[in-house]
Amino acid sequence: MSTPTHDPHSGDRPDRGPGTSNPGTDPTNPSPASARGSAATADADPANPANPATADMDEPPAGGSFTRYFLRKLGGAATSMVLVIVLGFFAFRMLPGDPVLKIAKERPMSPAQIAELRSQYGLDKPVIVQFWDYLVGIVTGDLGESYVYRKSVSALIGEYLGPTLLLTATAAVIAIVLGLWLGQISAWRRNSLFDKLASSTSLIFWSVPTFWLGLILLMIFGGTLQWLPTGGMITPGLDPWSPAGIIDVIKHLILPVISLVAVVYAQFLMIMRASLLEEMNEDYLTTARAKGLTEDEVRRRHAVPNALLPTVTVVFLHIGGLIAGAVTVEAVFSWPGLGKLTFEAIRGPDLPLLQGTFVVFSAIIIVMNLAADIVYRFLDPRVRRA
Amino acid sequence: MSANTPAEAAPGPSSNEPNPRGSETRGSTPAIDGAKLVRERRLNNAKKNWALFRSDVPALIGAVVLLFFIVIAIAAPLIAPASMLDVTKQLDVPRYAPPSLDHPLGTDDLGRELWVRILWGARVSILVGVAATVMSMIIGTIMGLAAGHFTGLFGGIIMRIVDFFIVLPSLLLAIVLSSVLERGVFTIVVAIGLTSWASTARIVRSQTLSVESRLYIERARILGAGHSHILFRHLLPAVMPLVLANTTLTVGGAIIAESTLSFLGLGDTSKESWGTILKNSMDVSAATSGYWWYVLTPGVAILLVVLAFTMVGRAFEAIINPALRSR
Repeated sequence: MSTPTHDPHSGDRPDRGPGTSNPGTDPTNPSPASARGSAATADADPANPANPATADMDEPPAGGSFTRYFLRKLGGAATSMVLVIVLGFFAFRMLPGDPVLKIAKERPMSPAQIAELRSQYGLDKPVIVQFWDYLVGIVTGDLGESYVYRKSVSALIGEYLGPTLLLTATAAVIAIVLGLWLGQISAWRRNSLFDKLASSTSLIFWSVPTFWLGLILLMIFGGTLQWLPTGGMITPGLDPWSPAGIIDVIKHLILPVISLVAVVYAQFLMIMRASLLEEMNEDYLTTARAKGLTEDEVRRRHAVPNALLPTVTVVFLHIGGLIAGAVTVEAVFSWPGLGKLTFEAIRGPDLPLLQGTFVVFSAIIIVMNLAADIVYRFLDPRVRRA
Repeated sequence: MSANTPAEAAPGPSSNEPNPRGSETRGSTPAIDGAKLVRERRLNNAKKNWALFRSDVPALIGAVVLLFFIVIAIAAPLIAPASMLDVTKQLDVPRYAPPSLDHPLGTDDLGRELWVRILWGARVSILVGVAATVMSMIIGTIMGLAAGHFTGLFGGIIMRIVDFFIVLPSLLLAIVLSSVLERGVFTIVVAIGLTSWASTARIVRSQTLSVESRLYIERARILGAGHSHILFRHLLPAVMPLVLANTTLTVGGAIIAESTLSFLGLGDTSKESWGTILKNSMDVSAATSGYWWYVLTPGVAILLVVLAFTMVGRAFEAIINPALRSR
């Protein structure tokens, strides 16, 4: 069983990415290949000699060279990317809703206009030709033209990518630092008032939609108190690279970042807490105490480094959830990023743009995931040992 | 819910109860009614589980909150007739009235009472949450069982698909699905259900792998059991309790997903849901214009229901998985 996640997120939250992701690296279940593995008489997975209960698809094999491991992970990521690309195509062309008819429904159009729109977007060609055009387009960086903006989708995405990266990266760093720090204190003082407060706050933050938290922050600090700007990334007319401009951007950044951090840090906290709790009864901690180290030193130098190992991968995996959360937060705060672009594309409805943001968002997440696998390989000596 | 542990649910040598059929055939011993034994054991289990559940105060509060929302959702047409949502009949009601005795939760930009909208919104929000969860549980269980049971190419392909859905945030996929399909409550259910099953599949797969290695499955296989017999008679009963506990936890996530999709404008605008109310409040910039009740109330409703589902779900999980209780 791989769900000793007593934390709130064992049910996957669709807007937050995967739950505590793979049990192979599950902090609550970090036991590597255990003796019970031999009981798996007809175990399916040759790459998984480990305990069938805890092993999962991404559990790295005990041996094997780094190149092989890397290639396997790269292959996995490539497969996911191919699936995204195929899905991106078929979702938008093959499902019952004809995109052009859908546009025609939203605004009045003559049959001639509809026919013209069809040929403009290549919808009158056979599906296989469309698919080929789409593939060539993706390889050459051409994602079609936006219905609404009348600009190339790639150019639009290029323009809006920077702000999204700024927002999500800031939120990710703060959420990781805050979550891991609070998580280790929580675990160290298990069942204390601090632990209970931290756990219940996490639970409450987990139980609200990200965008609602954004709306509430907007209402308090932007509307009532008027301390902070209510939307956008910078006051128009300011040079973003001047000192005043940088301060202005930071002011605009505060509320969206808090909204994103609030829902994600809680997951990091619970992961870190669970991971450190696993280490709490280990013998090496007794040894460290016997050597005369203070409790703080025992925690910082011995327990935390070991607890961090399984945490890292899970943290990386949750970045995907952060990116998904950015869609609504950017809509609430009119942050000029990919999320806002997605929001506009939905309102259009601007299907090429939506397709483009979907492919790019997914690509970012798949790359982050691959990075997590590689980082894990370097961090964990048990896996690194060839 | 019936919370048998996998070992109890699955017939076989691993269950430590005396085999009722076995004792019946042994004529010399005093006749033991096998069915009665089983019934007694189930009753005892239910009693034990109920006692555990009852001792969990947050779960009890959660159950009461859930019951309250389910009752008001069912009784919505009786408490507040649908005409109270008709904008054309609210012309004499003040717009943006703050909460007061006359307007308990305030009114919206069209003079509709917010409490009426919350009441009606509960229907769609809870229905979508539950329906999407059921769908996601069914897909997740099938995929998880298949990924855990089948070996070779087929199992590998299933695993890749599960992996893909784990990596990609389901909100992204749900946005894509619900924007290409016809708008409507059913679409939202499908969009959430089709995209949020991966975590269930992962849990089911781990459990399947662990059950698969037990001796009674081997025995069944040696006796000539086929895939379908092992899958449906042995593996499915063994993973079911886990799936059911997970269901309750997942409903909360599905409700939040529904509100998010409705907020993004992908919901059925002709039906009230808590996400739709929040979308309307955003459309009139209620947050920055000081109409706090318009933003606050739908969110608090979501918070209460999701929290309640989580509390109840955690209690179920603790009953099924005793390892969690110590923490």
